[in-house]
Amino acid sequence: MSCLATIQAYGLRSTGIGERLLPKSDFTLCEQIVLIGSGMIWNVYFGALALAFGFWLAIAVAVGKNAGNPLIRVPASWFIFLFRGSPLFIQFFLAYQLFVLMPKVGLSFDLGFVEIAAETRWFTRAWLGALIVLFLNTAAYTGEIFHGALRAVPVGDVEAAAAYGMNSWQTFWRVIWPTMMRLAWPSYTNEAIFLFHATTLVFFTGFPAWRQSGDALYYASYFADKTFNPFVAYPIVAGYFILLTLGIIGLWGMIERYLNRHLPREQRQRARIRLPLMR
Amino acid sequence: MFGGCEDPSRLDGGAWLLCYLTTPTHQSFYLAFGTVLLLLAITAPLSLLFGFGGALASRSAIAPLRWIGRGYIAMVRGVPEIVFFMFGPIALDQAFEYLRHRVMCPDWSEPVRRGNDFVVCTAAKLPLNADPQWMHEIYGFALAILSFAIVYGAFCGNTIRGAFDAVPKAQIETARAYGMSQRQLFWRILLPQMWIFALPGLSNIWMILTKATPLLFLLGVEDIVYWARELGSAKTRAYSFPHPNWQLWYFLALLVFYLGLTRVSEIVLARLNRRLNHGQATLAGTGRMAAGR
Repeated sequence: MSCLATIQAYGLRSTGIGERLLPKSDFTLCEQIVLIGSGMIWNVYFGALALAFGFWLAIAVAVGKNAGNPLIRVPASWFIFLFRGSPLFIQFFLAYQLFVLMPKVGLSFDLGFVEIAAETRWFTRAWLGALIVLFLNTAAYTGEIFHGALRAVPVGDVEAAAAYGMNSWQTFWRVIWPTMMRLAWPSYTNEAIFLFHATTLVFFTGFPAWRQSGDALYYASYFADKTFNPFVAYPIVAGYFILLTLGIIGLWGMIERYLNRHLPREQRQRARIRLPLMR
Repeated sequence: MFGGCEDPSRLDGGAWLLCYLTTPTHQSFYLAFGTVLLLLAITAPLSLLFGFGGALASRSAIAPLRWIGRGYIAMVRGVPEIVFFMFGPIALDQAFEYLRHRVMCPDWSEPVRRGNDFVVCTAAKLPLNADPQWMHEIYGFALAILSFAIVYGAFCGNTIRGAFDAVPKAQIETARAYGMSQRQLFWRILLPQMWIFALPGLSNIWMILTKATPLLFLLGVEDIVYWARELGSAKTRAYSFPHPNWQLWYFLALLVFYLGLTRVSEIVLARLNRRLNHGQATLAGTGRMAAGR
């Protein structure tokens, strides 16, 4: 099979499109690169969606942890502690067991113009169940970063906003939030990188790969198990992830430059707090 | 363990649960918590050592050593740790066997890698085929520890390297002005001060390390995750303690264990941080910062 034919057969294999059967023996380098690359679709899917949803919950959690009312502050702090204090691995296992125990019913939502049928059994599938866990997990980690940044917002900014007669909603979204983002951004870049790395755990924990549609590491370990040679498949995954990491650093760097565009050039480096936050 | 547990089908309620929780398999489960703590106790100093070596190498005046140190430290930045954990043990195992193969069977002519097989001569196998089961288990555990130490050593190296750079330049210049040699400068000025700057980062790596311990399960070690899955899965009437799928409860217990470990670590590390900062010319050290966060 030529490499082009391999790409056609396996390029989208991880999403269920293309050849059903995985190659069984005599793996070519092309097959390994294509199939592992097809698995990267899942890593990007999990990472991108979890970050996109988690960002907004993280803001809510950060503000909640800073709130004066203990009814808001305590649950927010516990949420952060629960997800940051326990291994993601255990969270996946636990969530899967919870989702399996849920009653199996079909729900339908009538949105007026379109009816959406949903089934609770979807929760036991990685695309939804693991996404929910990753979403909550990144919201907790990011919430802690944002909370640290929120506490570092200069008090003079807030006083100036009050002097202008802004209400608290306006003060938050026009004054506090932009500064909070600016301060938190370097740490948030770190968090984004580590979240994408964490997506490799999905198919090694509770969530089974359905019809052998897994992520990059799933296919890499498939090849390594079959050939008993770890020196080809794992470096391919590593290569893909280095590219992904460089992509994230590029994209997040662009956003950071946008956030700091009003600062004189020599101050741009200074306006950051370096939280040593990793997963 | 207790008397009266011989016939569990006649027990009920608290007595049944007490007997259930003290079966020999459950005792293996409790011992597995010790395995996790043992892994932490061995890996943490070993990673620190690897990290220290990496940081020193990356600051070395000898160029090849510097490249190796920098490459090692940069290694973990872009690649998920779990890839290293999947890769590490097999790669280390094959590397050890290959080295022994070259030394012990020099007149072996066939290639080691044949198609999908990795074949070394019998004498070079690790552990030997004839060795008892516990040797195989210890060997697997040792490979897991070595992989953990290499990966988290690179994390530590990154932090320690940054900490060396964070020692105020004025102090180094003062030491030079006093006529200290490079060696004295390192042992008397750089090393004692470096730890204060490294501690926040190292605390963080400790947290990461504790949360990485369930990955032992993926390396084939019979750790708490293994036992939680074994014991929690549904048991039919064929077993002496039949029960439905209780994995949820076992994983909840693991969750509580890890949350407790995190909390205790946080308290100990905060105390250590306070002690190391004592007397330092920083806001935290002079006590002008109201007890941190």
